Amino acid sequence: MAHANPTGWKRWVYSTNHKDIGVMYLWFAFIAGCIGFGMSGLIRMELMEPGIQVLPKVFGITEQQAHQMFNVLTTGHGLIMVFFMVMPALIGGFGNYFVPLMIGAPDMAFPRMNNVSFWLMPPAFILLLLSTMVEGAPGSNGFGGGWTAYPPLSTIGHPGPAMDLAIFSLHIAGASSIMGAINYITTIFNMRAPGMTIHKMPLFVWSILVTAFLLVLSLPVLAGAITMLLTDRNFGTTFFEPSGGGDPVLYQHLFWFFGHPEVYIMILPAFGIISHIVSTFSRKPVFGYLGMAYAMAAIGMIGFAVWAHHMYTVGLDVDTKAYFVAATMVIAVPTGVKIFSWIATMWGGSIRFTVPMMYAIAFILLFTVGGVTGVVLSNAGADIVLHDTYYVVAHFHYVLSLGAVFAIFAGLYYWIGKMSGKQYPETLAKLQFWVTFIGVNTIFFPQHFLGLQGMPRRYVDYPDVFEKWNFVSSVGYLITLVGFLLFLVVMAMTLFKKKKDCADNPWGEGATTLEWTLSSPPPFHQFNELPRIK
Amino acid sequence: MNVKRLTAGMMASLVAVFGLTVGALADGVKGMAHDGGVWLQTPMNEQAAKIDDFHMLLLWIISVIAVFVFLLVFWVMYRYREKKNPEPSKTSHNTLIEFIWTVVPIGILVFIGFWSIPLLYYQDVVPDTEFAIRVTGNQWNWTYNYPDQGGIEFTASVVPNSAFKNPKEMAGYETELSKFLGHPVKIQNRLLDPDYRLVVPVHTKIRLQITGSDVIHSWAVPSLGVKLDAIPGRLNQTWFEADDIGTFYGQCSELCGQDHAFMPIAVEVMSKEDFAKWVKHAKAEYADAGTTALGR
Repeated sequence: MAHANPTGWKRWVYSTNHKDIGVMYLWFAFIAGCIGFGMSGLIRMELMEPGIQVLPKVFGITEQQAHQMFNVLTTGHGLIMVFFMVMPALIGGFGNYFVPLMIGAPDMAFPRMNNVSFWLMPPAFILLLLSTMVEGAPGSNGFGGGWTAYPPLSTIGHPGPAMDLAIFSLHIAGASSIMGAINYITTIFNMRAPGMTIHKMPLFVWSILVTAFLLVLSLPVLAGAITMLLTDRNFGTTFFEPSGGGDPVLYQHLFWFFGHPEVYIMILPAFGIISHIVSTFSRKPVFGYLGMAYAMAAIGMIGFAVWAHHMYTVGLDVDTKAYFVAATMVIAVPTGVKIFSWIATMWGGSIRFTVPMMYAIAFILLFTVGGVTGVVLSNAGADIVLHDTYYVVAHFHYVLSLGAVFAIFAGLYYWIGKMSGKQYPETLAKLQFWVTFIGVNTIFFPQHFLGLQGMPRRYVDYPDVFEKWNFVSSVGYLITLVGFLLFLVVMAMTLFKKKKDCADNPWGEGATTLEWTLSSPPPFHQFNELPRIK
Repeated sequence: MNVKRLTAGMMASLVAVFGLTVGALADGVKGMAHDGGVWLQTPMNEQAAKIDDFHMLLLWIISVIAVFVFLLVFWVMYRYREKKNPEPSKTSHNTLIEFIWTVVPIGILVFIGFWSIPLLYYQDVVPDTEFAIRVTGNQWNWTYNYPDQGGIEFTASVVPNSAFKNPKEMAGYETELSKFLGHPVKIQNRLLDPDYRLVVPVHTKIRLQITGSDVIHSWAVPSLGVKLDAIPGRLNQTWFEADDIGTFYGQCSELCGQDHAFMPIAVEVMSKEDFAKWVKHAKAEYADAGTTALGR
């Protein structure tokens, strides 16, 4: 069959193959990640010392223009990392590649829709990049209202077309994600190999299933909210404009009704990956499988009922706040179940410290740090002094940069041999882990101190008393930059190898999921005869 | 012996790191961050003190939990490494332990709730106050209005960076601010000092009515335990009471555009007598200033 093994550009552009699409998602996330990481570099270098030094030199602009440029950078960094790096890598990349393999299916349920899902992402990304090049706020380019895009700053505050382009970008990225989610739900419900009941599914598949439901339920709310922004901006509606009877806080409710599930969308697939890796390298089945699966489902469900904890200072009624305090704290329970179950999986195991396992263990430790500061922030009484400070920045980077991103690294090292047929160089990758680990902690741990001391986030310049920890944090970035360059070297050394040297199952008896029963890399079409699960 | 020396060394470095944070502040400045500080800003009234106590409680709880998890992981990494434990067990269930690690966290959270919820109601239920001040956030300054003192109104903008390099310009700002407050002041804190300060009497419960005139801002003074968004079309309300005479700093805490970092807040707390004098003088000088935000 000629169409079965397409070659050249047609193989990628017309691709309906879940593995090829997964690989394209990973490359896409890599490119977006480089840009997002570069933006954070500019942010950290500007904040290294009080005053405004770096941005005017880099962009050839005045100090005053640098104020807005900084906001554009933080906004771009946030949007890119959330929508164009973490989500494509975890859901589009690993999800596409491994969900069909793990459930013993030949491909996704809707291969052509899968193609559309991916090919909507580049235009969405291009729109976002274009948005930084056209006028936003009067006299400056780009949208600088934060990834949350609160009105009126995103309406009357940015009359230029930059915000409209950003809205279109999110619309398209959202449509892509919704199609992807529908595809996963259908695939997972209908295409599991005979004998693979829902309670035998690997935990990564569980995590993608829960994530897909969160996407389908939350993204339309975001789409609605930003469409209302669009009509407020261009067609004279006043959903969020008080002079016409609207309310800016309505947008915040809508946004966070999406935004809170969104953070679980980013972390649940990470949970799934970590479960596999911990189990593989402990040579033990996952401890409390059902508890793990239903903890994720519980996190997903409760995640829809806690959104206003992002809004403790908007002037909510006190009883409303009390509810959101209680509901938010409940999430700590299933999250704790997951942490302890991972440790229990390792308990009694025979642990091998390969690079994916080191990343997984670091994930458990650092996610715990990010989790407990979340408990602090969930209390509206304490949040009064911490809201919108660097404490919040430290918190969500501990769960995302040191959580979700560590899981991406872990997954990449775990599966790169399977995906490319070439195993990574272990020693250099270990060095890469240690440098990155030290770097990111040096960036983000001092930010707790800055937040406690009251330094507000999204500040291009700060009072001189915040100098010390900002300096340390920026030095941390430089260390992380070395880790990132090492990562590039490790990946190049892996992918430019001449010989495919990865065994079908390089990890031994601990790796029990179906992808390890296939060749490395797997054949273009797998499971033409469905495997039977006992 | 070795352990002892290590402990002593650690203690010494801890003192070196944290000891510095209790450095003296400039004259009259009571509420401000410390260079290299690692704790919450020193609380300067009952509200902030309650937050500080509660945060300390939380910090203890989360530190114990985090240390417990860390030690557990390190122990497992040591005890069950491949070399030491070549044959893995096959255990994958233990109902009792799963029950425990579900119920114990619930207990801890309920315990936190017992402290958290009363604090929330204490903060959010506005007690009887003596008078109200209207705060309006603008891009990029704050307008203060005293409706109960004859409508004194003024707008506080940042003292620009240039003044910190140019003594002459600074002298102008200092003279103006000294005249405004009725006593001589030095301006020393870049990005924390605005040209005018919110003036309030000590030991007086004050109602703040906060709104925004263009986009959302947030009025915050950490050492007084106050932070509330200034939202166009809404009149948010909170309260505070200062226990100490002096200056208390804060900064805008909701992204509001290009000069978000350049609209600081300073609260000048005076004795009741000085405040009465200030009102008299300010009424004459500022009661009909043209920069009305609320009345526009």
